Amino acid sequence: MMTPLNTEPNIANPDDFYARLLAAHEGRSKAESDALNARLVLILCNHIGDTDVLGQAIDLAAEG
Amino acid sequence: MFDDRYTVAHKIYPYERSPDQDKASAVRHPVVIVGGGPVGIATALDLGQQGVPVLVLDDHEGIGQGSRAICFSKRSLEIADRYGCAGPMIDKGVVWNLGKVFHRDEKVFEFNLLPEEGHKYPAFINLQQPYFERFMVDRLRQLQAAGAPIQLRGKNRVDGIEVHDDHVVLEVMTPDGPYSLEADWLVACDGANSPLRTRLGYEFTGKVFQDSFLIADIRMTGDTEFPTERWFWFEPSHGQGASTLLHKQPDGVWRVDFQIGWDIDRKEEMKEDNIRRRLDAFLGPVRYEIVWSSIYTFQSKRMARFRHGPVIFAGDAAHQVSPFGARGANSGMQDADNLGWKLGLVVQGKAPAKLLDSYSDERVHGADENILNSTRSTDFITPKSEISKIFRDAVLGLARTVAFARPLVNSGRLSVPCVYDGLSLNGPDALTGGPARTRVGAPMVDAPAGDDWLLGLLGGDFRLMTIDAEAPERLEVDRITVTRVALSAKGNPDLAARYLGDATSAVYLMRPDQHVAARWPGFDAAEVTRALKIATRRA
Repeated sequence: MMTPLNTEPNIANPDDFYARLLAAHEGRSKAESDALNARLVLILCNHIGDTDVLGQAIDLAAEG
Repeated sequence: MFDDRYTVAHKIYPYERSPDQDKASAVRHPVVIVGGGPVGIATALDLGQQGVPVLVLDDHEGIGQGSRAICFSKRSLEIADRYGCAGPMIDKGVVWNLGKVFHRDEKVFEFNLLPEEGHKYPAFINLQQPYFERFMVDRLRQLQAAGAPIQLRGKNRVDGIEVHDDHVVLEVMTPDGPYSLEADWLVACDGANSPLRTRLGYEFTGKVFQDSFLIADIRMTGDTEFPTERWFWFEPSHGQGASTLLHKQPDGVWRVDFQIGWDIDRKEEMKEDNIRRRLDAFLGPVRYEIVWSSIYTFQSKRMARFRHGPVIFAGDAAHQVSPFGARGANSGMQDADNLGWKLGLVVQGKAPAKLLDSYSDERVHGADENILNSTRSTDFITPKSEISKIFRDAVLGLARTVAFARPLVNSGRLSVPCVYDGLSLNGPDALTGGPARTRVGAPMVDAPAGDDWLLGLLGGDFRLMTIDAEAPERLEVDRITVTRVALSAKGNPDLAARYLGDATSAVYLMRPDQHVAARWPGFDAAEVTRALKIATRRA
């Protein structure tokens, strides 16, 4: 059975998380921010690991 | 009227007039191979060892100059072992295991091929292609001396071909003028630009990569030595290429490979001063001589199918890949390995001609796997868009400090033989708990076997390998003989791990190219007969 991608709210303090994400980008150039985002995506994908879940996430993101 | 296209390094098959040239009508040969490169000669060795008459035509009088292919895989060595010429290759070749990857001159990480114990041959050797070819031609001469029906004709260029349903007619040019030949089967091993493929108008489709690579083979003349490792730089700071590779070859020669872009002036780049300028920027103040240099571009293309009636294509003539991963010459050796026994059986009337369609199916499968892998390497090495470069650099950055990113670094995925999963010659895979790596369709994996090695013991015919199982010593099915190789896994943990897995006994039916045709926990005559018929297309 394929593990379904969790699309329900799953982050305890959404505002804190969001602020932290933006703070990481603060003072960075566009190129530096792009690089940070790419690293973050890779780190999170590896943490998830399950290629079925990753596939669903990529599809959802690609839908826009 | 008959100029060489390239400089010959070893003139070992000079033109000699053959009696065929003085016959009133064209002489018919069972098999003619066009092209005396590694794939053509390997195919000739395979057929010659089976006693099948084979004629090789080459438009030169020996082996071309230049190191060209330098990385030969374990599987290629195992195939060469079956042809009796792996010994000199391993003696001359450089064995390497350690690779280092750099990004902008900082080491990202290093890897070790960590060869698994219990194999006769290492994962890879580096050896200049002319040596590899020479050792095969030496072997061909040995076989000829022992009476094998192999002919090799230098300066015999095919200038015309007429394809009929069951044979071809060739117009062959020689220094003495033209003559005609006929062949029941023609194997075209005439390289990436295959004149035969072009002449016959068969499509060859895929991608052309817009990039050029400058190869310089250098020999150190001062005190500097580099280690026997594969060093690969992404975006080296010396600025002499988008990537650079340094790799050791025999005779104290190092291969330096600079990726220099698409829009270049070839003539200008090939000038020694310009090559030295790049090398000096890369190497710093060391003394060296340039042994050979060349600029190459590459493409990933293949023919839709490799058999067209009596004409069969093999090696670069049938498929081409980018060089990352050493999947060119090594896949060509697997073509010869796959084709040899099938063509042998068909010529000897022991299998129907449709068996040769399985050569196309299986090797198209192999070519697709190689194209997929080498294209992915190319995309990593030369990112095609801004975002792919951002991700590529992110991977390289992370790989320095965290292990998870290292498997994503792709500077070439090294050639491994393909598994013919789900293809038509596969029999039953009935060994419950059997290891996946030796499943039906996979190449047999080497293992120690007493004082010998398993693959050497199995050889190049149909075999019934029994592990702690009973079976007759010999089986004959429609003129094909299967002999038994009886082994025990007791005291042989490598054999147990590679062939038994969770099973306690096993019977493997092996094809002559050492791929698994079928496997069971025990012997059953009807089952083996059925699997043999499937594997030879007589089912």
